Amino acid sequence: MLDVKNLSLSFRMYDGAFRRRDLKVIANLNVSVREGEILAVAGSSGSGKSLLAHAILGVLPKNAILEGEMLWFGKPLDAALQKKLRGHQLALVPQSVTYLDPLMRVGRQISKEKETVKELFGRYHLQDEVARRFPHELSGGMTRRILISAALAGEPKVVIADEPTPGLSPHLAEHAMKHFREIADSGSAVLLITHDIDLAVRFADRIAVFYAGTTVETANASDFADESLLRHPYSRALWRAMPQNGFSPTDGTQPYAGSLPAGCLYAPRCAMRTPECVSAPPEPRDIRGGEVSCLYAT
Amino acid sequence: MSKLKPIAVYIARGITLLLAVSICSFILASASPINPETRYRLSHPGVSDEKVAQMRDYWGIDEPPVQRYLGWLGGILRGDWGKSTSYRQPVLDVIGVRFKTSLALMLTAWTLSGLFGFGIGSLMAVFRGRPLDRIVKRVCLFMCSIPTFWIGLVFLAVFAAMLGWFPFGLAVPAGVPPEQVTLGQRIHHLILPALTLSFLSFSNLALHTREKLIDVYDSDFALFARARGESDTKILFRHGIRNALIPAITMQFGSFAELFGGSVFAENIFSYPGLGAAVSVAGTGATDIPLFLGIVMFSACFIFAGNLIANILTNLIDPRTKEAAR
Repeated sequence: MLDVKNLSLSFRMYDGAFRRRDLKVIANLNVSVREGEILAVAGSSGSGKSLLAHAILGVLPKNAILEGEMLWFGKPLDAALQKKLRGHQLALVPQSVTYLDPLMRVGRQISKEKETVKELFGRYHLQDEVARRFPHELSGGMTRRILISAALAGEPKVVIADEPTPGLSPHLAEHAMKHFREIADSGSAVLLITHDIDLAVRFADRIAVFYAGTTVETANASDFADESLLRHPYSRALWRAMPQNGFSPTDGTQPYAGSLPAGCLYAPRCAMRTPECVSAPPEPRDIRGGEVSCLYAT
Repeated sequence: MSKLKPIAVYIARGITLLLAVSICSFILASASPINPETRYRLSHPGVSDEKVAQMRDYWGIDEPPVQRYLGWLGGILRGDWGKSTSYRQPVLDVIGVRFKTSLALMLTAWTLSGLFGFGIGSLMAVFRGRPLDRIVKRVCLFMCSIPTFWIGLVFLAVFAAMLGWFPFGLAVPAGVPPEQVTLGQRIHHLILPALTLSFLSFSNLALHTREKLIDVYDSDFALFARARGESDTKILFRHGIRNALIPAITMQFGSFAELFGGSVFAENIFSYPGLGAAVSVAGTGATDIPLFLGIVMFSACFIFAGNLIANILTNLIDPRTKEAAR
C-alpha cells in the first residue's frame, strides 16, 4: 500500500548569515506497509522515527529537504496527493494530549458530524458527555481513545501511530494495541512508531528496526523469538539488550544527525566491521523472508 | 459562588491601591511650592494680609497635613471632590463632562487599535517569514517607538494642513451653537485624534498577536490539524483566533493606562476638550490642585477598572481557568 524507498531527509540550517549546511537526519530508509498488517518501526530516541511519519504525511517544516521515493498504491506520493489523502485515507494518531487544541471541545475536534462522533465514541466506549469536555478534562486513557477516534473519523487506509502508548498503564496500552489490531484486521494498514520492542513483538506483524535514521532490518515479529533468526548485528544487539534476553548493553552510542558516518551507520559499533563497511552504505538485501542492510548478514 | 472569590480579592486590592494613590498624590501636591496662597498672591499683586489670612483659613492651609488629608478623603467619599479653581465648577462636574468627551475619543481609538492590531497581527502570522510579514513587522516595530505627540503633529500637517480633509482641532466646529452640531461633524472632528491615539497601541497588539499565532502554528495541535488536511487559513480560523484572542483581550483591557496617558497628548495637540486636556490645564498653567487630584483619583479608578475587566474576562473565556476556579 505504502512503499518508502531510499528516503533521505535533511534540514537546511544557516550558521550566521551565509554559511549554509544541510543536516542529514534520515538516510537510505526503506520501509513498506502491506494491507491488513501492523508494521512496527522500532528504534531508540533520536533515530528519526517521528520525522518519518511527518515525511509520509507531508507536514515537515519548510526547511526540510526530502530525497528518495514514496509510493502510494504504486503512485508517487507527492505534495498534491498527500494533501488529498491527509485526514481521509492517510491518518495520524499523535502522541499526546498536546495534539489537541486546548480551547476546543473534543467532540468538534474529532469530526464536524455529530453522528460520526457518536459512532466512534460508541466503538471506543466513551460516553457521549465526553464530547463536550475540553482536552485538559480528559484522563490519559480517554485522551488515547479520543486521539485514535480522531484519526479514524476519515476511514483511513493507512494509519500512522506515533508512539501511541507511553504514559499508559500496561492494561491501557494493551487496549490501545487491540484497537490497532482491529483497524489492521479490517483491511487497513498500521504503521506503528515505537521504542517499545516488547510491545512491537507482541502486537505487530513485522518490525522495521530503525537506527540513526535508517532501517537496518525488516523482520517478521516471530523472528524476535531467537537471536539466530535475526539478520542484522544491531537487531541482534537489540535482542540481547532486552531484559528477558540478558539485558546486555553494547558499547558506544548512536551517531547523531550531522555526524553520520559515510558507510554503514552501525559500522563504528559493529564487531563484524571490515574496511568495506566503512566505505559505502550497504544495499538492502532479502534474506530468509526479511530485508537487511548488511554485507555479512546471514 | 467560589468564582466570585477572585473578583472580591481583586476589588479589595483595588481599594488598597486607591488609598495608596490618594496618599502619594496628596503628599506630592502638598510638597509642591504652589498652594492657594502663593497662587492668589501671584494673581492678585498687592493683596491685603487680612484677605490672605481669610484665604488660608478657607483652604485650611494651617491645619496639620493628616487632618487636611482626612478632610479631603472624607469629601471624596461623600462625593464632594472640591471646587476646580480654573473652571469655577465642582471637580466632579468637570470630570463628568470632560470624561464624556474623552470617552468617545478613547473608545474609538481603543476599538480601532483592537481591530487593526488583531487583524494585522493575524495577517503577519499567516504570511510569517515571507516579505509581507517582514515589511509589516518592521513597520510595526518602527511605530512602537514613535511618540504619540509626533504622530499627532504629522497627521495635523498632512491631513489637516496639506490635504485639508480634517479640521485642525476641537471636538465641534468653532462658533456653532452646541444644539446645532451634527453627529457627522462630531465624527469628522474625532477621526484624526482617534487615529493618533490608536497608533499608540495597535502595533504593539499586532506584534503580540503575531507572536501568539506563530506559537499556535508551531504547536503540536496545529501539526495534527495539518495532518488531518487543514490548511493554514483553516487553522487560523479554527484554532488560531480562538487561542490568540484571550491574550489579545487581556492586553487590550490592560492598556487603559497607556490609553489615558496617550489621550493627554492627543487632546492637547488637537485642542480636544476632554479629560486629557484638563489634566495639563490643572497640572501646569492654572495649578488647579483640587481638579488635578480629582483626575488622578479618577484615572486610577479607570485603569483599575480596565485591569479588573481583563481579569474577569480571562477567567470567563478560558476554559482552563474556569476549571481552576471550580
